[in-house]
Amino acid sequence: MENWSLFSLCVLLGLTSRWAVSFHSYSGAGKPPMFGDYEAQRHWQEVTYNLPVHEWYFNTTNNDLNYWGLDYPPLTAYHSLVCAYVAKLLNPEWVELHASRGYESHSHKLFMRATVLFTDILIYIPAVLLYCFYFCDGFSKQKVATALCILLYPGLILIDYGHFQYNSVSLGLALWGILGLGLGWDLFGSLAFTLALNYKQMELYHSLPFFCYLLGKCIKQGLIGRGFFQLAKISLTVLVTFALCWMPFLSDPKQPLQVLHRLFPFGRGLFEDKVANTWCSLNVLIKIKTLLSRETQLFLSFALTLLFILPSSLKLLSKPNLWQFKLALVNSSLAFFLFSFQVHEKSILLAAFMLPLLVKDGLLLPYVVTSLAFLFLSLYLLSALERSTEEELRLGIYRKLTRHWLPKLNLSRIIKWKFWFSLVAMAALSFTSVWLEPPAKFPDLFPVLVSILSFLHFLGFIIYFNLVQLMEPQRKKSQKKTN
Amino acid sequence: MAAPMTNDQSWFYALALGVSFLKCLLINAYHSTDFEVHRNWLALTHSLPAAQWYYEATSEWTLDYPPLFAWFEYGLSHIASFFDKEMLVVQNLNYASPATILFQRLSVIVADVVFFYAVKECCKCLREDKGKYLLGKPSFILTVLLLWNFGLIIVDHIHFQYNGFLFGVLLLSIARHFQNRHFEGALLFSILLNLKHIYLYIAPAYGIYLLRCFCFTQSNADGSLQWRSFSVVRLVTLGTIVLSTFSVSFGPFIALGQLPQVLSRLFPFKRGLCHAYWAPNIWALYNIADKAFSILGVKFKLLDINKLPKASMTGGLVQEFQHSVLPSVSPLATLVCTVLSILPALFRIWHRPNGARGFLRCLVICALGSFMFGWHVHEKAILMAILPLSLLAVESREDARIFLILSITGHYSLFPLLFTTQELPIKILLLLLFTIFSLTSLKTLFRKGGALLNPLEATYLLGLIPLELICEFVYPLTVWQKTFPFLPLMLTSVYCALGVTYAFIRLYISLLTCSDSTKKIKTQ
Repeated sequence: MENWSLFSLCVLLGLTSRWAVSFHSYSGAGKPPMFGDYEAQRHWQEVTYNLPVHEWYFNTTNNDLNYWGLDYPPLTAYHSLVCAYVAKLLNPEWVELHASRGYESHSHKLFMRATVLFTDILIYIPAVLLYCFYFCDGFSKQKVATALCILLYPGLILIDYGHFQYNSVSLGLALWGILGLGLGWDLFGSLAFTLALNYKQMELYHSLPFFCYLLGKCIKQGLIGRGFFQLAKISLTVLVTFALCWMPFLSDPKQPLQVLHRLFPFGRGLFEDKVANTWCSLNVLIKIKTLLSRETQLFLSFALTLLFILPSSLKLLSKPNLWQFKLALVNSSLAFFLFSFQVHEKSILLAAFMLPLLVKDGLLLPYVVTSLAFLFLSLYLLSALERSTEEELRLGIYRKLTRHWLPKLNLSRIIKWKFWFSLVAMAALSFTSVWLEPPAKFPDLFPVLVSILSFLHFLGFIIYFNLVQLMEPQRKKSQKKTN
Repeated sequence: MAAPMTNDQSWFYALALGVSFLKCLLINAYHSTDFEVHRNWLALTHSLPAAQWYYEATSEWTLDYPPLFAWFEYGLSHIASFFDKEMLVVQNLNYASPATILFQRLSVIVADVVFFYAVKECCKCLREDKGKYLLGKPSFILTVLLLWNFGLIIVDHIHFQYNGFLFGVLLLSIARHFQNRHFEGALLFSILLNLKHIYLYIAPAYGIYLLRCFCFTQSNADGSLQWRSFSVVRLVTLGTIVLSTFSVSFGPFIALGQLPQVLSRLFPFKRGLCHAYWAPNIWALYNIADKAFSILGVKFKLLDINKLPKASMTGGLVQEFQHSVLPSVSPLATLVCTVLSILPALFRIWHRPNGARGFLRCLVICALGSFMFGWHVHEKAILMAILPLSLLAVESREDARIFLILSITGHYSLFPLLFTTQELPIKILLLLLFTIFSLTSLKTLFRKGGALLNPLEATYLLGLIPLELICEFVYPLTVWQKTFPFLPLMLTSVYCALGVTYAFIRLYISLLTCSDSTKKIKTQ
């Protein structure tokens, strides 16, 4: 069967599962007075449509920032504005100033879900297809299998089509950025990533690798001459994009400051809710939230984030190739997630670890189905377990270390056992979270356990990926594809 | 595929698991009144003694399937009591709590295991071409065409019915005949008849085939009948199997003297040649011709508009469609037409049987013939022709062509079943999925010998795209939506009727002309 038909089947399957998940409930459904993220997005449409630009981020009588005030960069606001225009055409009640608060109806839900699908098809899915086509190793069937697994990734589907958000836009734009860099179109890549950054400030997690890669590339081309021009062009692209996005807010110096204040709420604490990062997990043992002052907390999180991100970034700076870039992306985002300030669990977009959130949203069934399907698919199609030999994991260094002390250890077997153990633990936690009542003394027992388990996994991942990136053992295949 | 699994059959389980996951995601989708129908049957089989099952009429959805299905529902109802006891109360009309929905949906998904097994058995009956890569293997293609069949997913897991399980029994019976295990095949078919009597449509194919190929143990060299090889033993055994199945099923009711009541429930006299939405059969074309003639007649002053039956000009989907120009059609007329349409096929397999494949072809023709000419046919009945045809489609070029036309047209004609906006993307996506797969895989399978579809057929199928755009996107925004709301449905059923009729004719031609290549196939 031809490639195009296989790819289109993958896309169709991806779209079908997305729309099928959208049948289920969304965050804050039927829960006045605050509702949830769905209501937040609807509210932003209302605000951006009815109020002038300079009032969007400010607390006015018409715009109560305590009720889901805008806290994403301007591109999200423009996107909401466009959606609001469409909404007004279909049913003006949906964006009526003040009167539409908490508006919930079947047709409105269809409209909102349709907006997510539309942007997904426009931005995210083409990026995934192009990425798999150009940058995946292996035969065409393997590329299709990878595309299918990526498209069926539960985290994105559940958050975007269940809980309700527009992560596919920012992730898609970032992926276009990666595509651009991979194809050697640095300007296009920078443009795309800057747009992603202006859509959701969460993309800062990926910004350092982009910066280091491009800077490293320019340095390699020689800082005097071509490299310098390249750097200048890239900087210009980035600045112009920022200017264009923030143009309405540049008239008054108070505007950008207020926007930044909304985007980075340092006023809120080290973390909220139960997040699988260091601070939340540490808090179980040592109550750092109350023990340290806010300034110390800020400093500590900044320092640790920097500590964990520095090695990977420096390595990328010295060796700017695509493979290093991809690894640096992973390391950077993990570091930020684990150590930075005011992280939300959605920042990780790993389905299994958002269980409590999804259960709260009434999304248990889609969570179970999509996670199982994804797990099964990646195991089957990508033969994840088969490939966990030492060679594949590129942990040759590990072997050298352990050979002295633990000669009998077979790494691939350890990995497999660990994998199944993790699965069992996750399944058990999922089961208990849903069906058992926590003891009265620890009402948050299960969410906390989920967070801690996830945190331990992430810690393991960040160490592993850092090792791989820094040690850079010989790759099995020749280098011709990667750079 | 990249999957280096050692087990050769693992792809089958992967496909089965994948489609089950999809079905689970559709649990929350729209369901039709058939959901309430089955809930009612769960309730009445659970709460009432068997003697009252066919008399119970609290709900309008009375039991109109044969007794074995009632026993099936009875078995289900015991599991249902663990989910939500309230659904088993007969008076709880239209009860649809989340637990009820979950249970009913899961029961369909789990019952599909029968279908999975049947598909596996059917794959064993194919003539495999060893050494082909996975995606090009006939068994792989057949598995996807059956497990991921658009019509089954839509009708069973959204609209709500138990067709998967029933078609599983049918396909298993067919597979057994292919494997020369005729007693089992006959038993399975008798059980099927006692589960849903609509399969009576294909009973003639079974009867003639078994009589000709099984009871007459040998044929002459040229394929003609050898009268002397008649085996009374086989006939009697078959008869015993069939009769005992029927007696297990109907026996209790005959003993209670309820047979007339049961039969009246099973075969209700339904008003109307056509269902509210015309199934894409001959009568749809007949109706449209009638309407066209009457409009032309009025225009050319040949007919008096006052003399025409009311509502035939402006009314749309009345159950009792009154023909104004062409003669009205009675149930008896449709029966005669149906019998006439399948008679040549039956003669053919009597005269020159082609073994199990000839039987299958005749079966498909019987199913399609009764779809084309039957009384009050539901468009879901097209599945009875499409599913068995899949088996033939992966083995013969001509059958693949017919299958493509019939399946794409037939599946498209199921669209009006899901009329909600929420399900619109799902039905379009799933139809595209199935269509793209069947087109590309069959094209690759039969790439030697030119294109599979000729330009006319391809144009016809492509014409479905503008048809869909007009009917579901453009038309609702026009003024005519209020005055002629039935027009899109009429357009759909007439357009599809053309395709189905064409497929029927081609299928007949292929049956009547295929001869020599099958001589090598044993008839035993």
